[in-house]
Amino acid sequence: MALAPTLGWCAAASVVAVVVAALVALVGAAPATGAPWFDARLVRIAAFSVWQATLSTLLAIALGLVVARAMARRRFPGRAIVLRLFGLPLVVPAVVAVLGLVAVWGRGGWINEALAAFGLPLLPSIYGLHGILIAHVFFNMPLVARLMLTAWSTIPAENWRLASEFGLTTHQVFRLVEWPALRAAVPGAAALVFLLCLTSFGVVLTLGGGPRATILEVAIYQALRLDFDLERAVVLALAQIVLGAVFVGASRSLCRALPLGPSLERPWARPDATGLAGRLIDGAIIVLAIALVASPLLATAARAASAPVAAVLAESASWQAAARSLAVGLAGGALATVLGVAVALGARRCRDPGAGAAIEAVGVLTLVVSPLVLGAGLFVLALPVINAVAIVLGLVVLVSALMTMPYAVGLVGAGLASRAIERDRLCAALGIAGWNRLRLVDLPAVRRPIGLAYAIAASLSAGDLGAIALFGDQDSETLALRLYRQLASYRLDEAAVTALVLMGLAFALFFVIERGVGGRGDA
Amino acid sequence: MRRLIPFLIVALCLAAPAAAAPRALTVYTYASFVGDWGPGQAIATAFETTCACTVRWIAVEDAGVLLSRLRLEGGATEADVILGLDTNLMAEAEATGLLAPHGVTAPLDALPIPWTSPTFVPFDFGWFAFIYDAERMASPAGSLRDLIEGTATVVIQDPRTSTPGLGLLLWMRQVFGDEAGAAWVRIAPRIVTVTKGWSEAYGLFLDGEADMVLSYTTSPAYHRIAEQTERYRWAPFAEGHALQVEVAAMVAATDVPDLARAFLAFIPTRAFQTTIPTGNWMMPVIDLGTDLPAPFAEAVPVGPSLWPDPAEVAARRKALIDDWLDALAR
Repeated sequence: MALAPTLGWCAAASVVAVVVAALVALVGAAPATGAPWFDARLVRIAAFSVWQATLSTLLAIALGLVVARAMARRRFPGRAIVLRLFGLPLVVPAVVAVLGLVAVWGRGGWINEALAAFGLPLLPSIYGLHGILIAHVFFNMPLVARLMLTAWSTIPAENWRLASEFGLTTHQVFRLVEWPALRAAVPGAAALVFLLCLTSFGVVLTLGGGPRATILEVAIYQALRLDFDLERAVVLALAQIVLGAVFVGASRSLCRALPLGPSLERPWARPDATGLAGRLIDGAIIVLAIALVASPLLATAARAASAPVAAVLAESASWQAAARSLAVGLAGGALATVLGVAVALGARRCRDPGAGAAIEAVGVLTLVVSPLVLGAGLFVLALPVINAVAIVLGLVVLVSALMTMPYAVGLVGAGLASRAIERDRLCAALGIAGWNRLRLVDLPAVRRPIGLAYAIAASLSAGDLGAIALFGDQDSETLALRLYRQLASYRLDEAAVTALVLMGLAFALFFVIERGVGGRGDA
Repeated sequence: MRRLIPFLIVALCLAAPAAAAPRALTVYTYASFVGDWGPGQAIATAFETTCACTVRWIAVEDAGVLLSRLRLEGGATEADVILGLDTNLMAEAEATGLLAPHGVTAPLDALPIPWTSPTFVPFDFGWFAFIYDAERMASPAGSLRDLIEGTATVVIQDPRTSTPGLGLLLWMRQVFGDEAGAAWVRIAPRIVTVTKGWSEAYGLFLDGEADMVLSYTTSPAYHRIAEQTERYRWAPFAEGHALQVEVAAMVAATDVPDLARAFLAFIPTRAFQTTIPTGNWMMPVIDLGTDLPAPFAEAVPVGPSLWPDPAEVAARRKALIDDWLDALAR
């Protein structure tokens, strides 16, 4: 078999092996309780899980497209910083993000304060489905915008030249030039967003306003931690994977990718970027997007301001925790990126498109494997050696790598799709294959997406509380765990400082990795 | 040979501590008990001066994970002592057969209920209460019934994911009996939201999202001591306040049973208990006299302490949670 598909199969097979082993080990760890797996309540929960995730995805994709288009049409000072700002929401721990969102959108939040100052009617309560949607847009719209911007850069220069020559209107440009390139990236982005929203239960519980807003992950939590019904937990986790798979499959068949032709010309300016109205609209969109993303983060910063910031920053434990988060981030991100590149390459270069789709699905669906169940299963597997510090950190890295790998699959996959025909022809003509093709052609072609994927995966892993919460150890306090402890000890202000340090770390990771690995140039 | 001497000295220096390495006591607990704000480190240091041993904490997320982890590990666990379960998890923890009797007989004179469990030693406790902001609310509800019938908005925790959430569920059950479902339906419109954990709920309350939050009678003590403000108070309820007792136990499979027993006996001593009020923001189980910071003396309710039977909780929890879900999903 050729090198790339072999790599893809190996990566996908090892991921499946780890997940299956974890699930099997967990089922075997305790006798079944005999309680029924499903009941009417659970069907309602599953339905709500899918409903809120679908709405969140549609909204995040639509708004992400609008924002990405405005960003694609404009060049302005600070644009690169805005793009990196867009990497932050995903790395903020959910509880911090929720408190930040409430500080902006809540009963006594910034928006209501402003409305009251002008004597205007206040916002309705944030708690409910709309609160969940606001939070999910905050988390995912920037991600979608980044993914879509990458897709924009794949539009061949010829298409822009033709669009100019035919004098296409803005609407026609979108329909004829942009959408064909974007539709290739939509299913991947939609899958990522949907899978994230399907499992984000802290956000859904808190902003949903009550147990009506319950998703499957809460039922998994209850089965695993309260009822200790491991079999039920695994069955629910499998049900969640099936729901995710159905959505991923559906979005793929609804939005099939079109192959884009090779680009032979120098970059060509798009024809519809001039004009005052367009400028104003794009400017307004970009400002609103920045406000949406930055305001909860600023609210966190404002809260941190009432803490003894200097004293908190002077604590050596803070910096040790930051160093540990950095190590977990770099290692987890690297593993996620390597796995993701292998899966994306394998999926792209498989002869049989069905097999390619299967490899890619594995790479994306890890996101919907319940982190609670995966963590518990790996814990059972590693039980004989669980108290060795190296093992604990290793497991933490492994779990975060599996959870962040889908970003790499999505980004690198989209990068590989761009100009694939061109590269295939080149390699066929020159007889480049195997390791040489990988080294000389494919990897350099996706260097930028790899940089972005590593940046996202590393900053996500760095901010993850996930597995460390179960494995625990006195010597492995990460920033996320420190923040959790501060919140549990009434120290909300100090927790906000820790959240800022975490954001700063993520921002720096983003900056350094995206530049260092991905090379210069903008998205 | 002469060249070897320095190496031998270094080797001896390295080997000596290893030879005399003190025995280690491994204690499983929850995350916020250790770390820079919890009492764990102070307790370890105090105990180590009495035992010629070292205390090694393994801290997992919360009490629920603590029990899961013990169950997953079974007899192979490295834990000698497990500290941090609460009374609502006691029956299930005991049923695993993994724990051993403690043999501690010291009086727990500050604990408001008689303690008879041969397996668990209480290390702190608290009364659940609703906290309000005195600058925004002059006269809070005087009873759980007032709260149900009143106009104040509340933020509470989910009983599926949080011990205070479960505590409120049982509190309502004890006060309203079979009418608890109806009581939940009445208060439902004024439940601003139900959070995953205590931290989210308390944070939302401090941000002014709700008039009251489910927490402990000791919460105002934090604001008094750490922030010098009397703004936040707990509302005394006529029906009495539900009690949460946090407990520790010895693991039967421990390889240092003498140390584990000594640690459990160390729990109801002043050295351990003085770390509890401002370390874990809970009540100590022995009378600390003047060592108890003043705001904690004000955290003691006058009425009865409501105390659900652990065995009954274990047997009925799932049904109670299902009833609660149905009442609030209406």
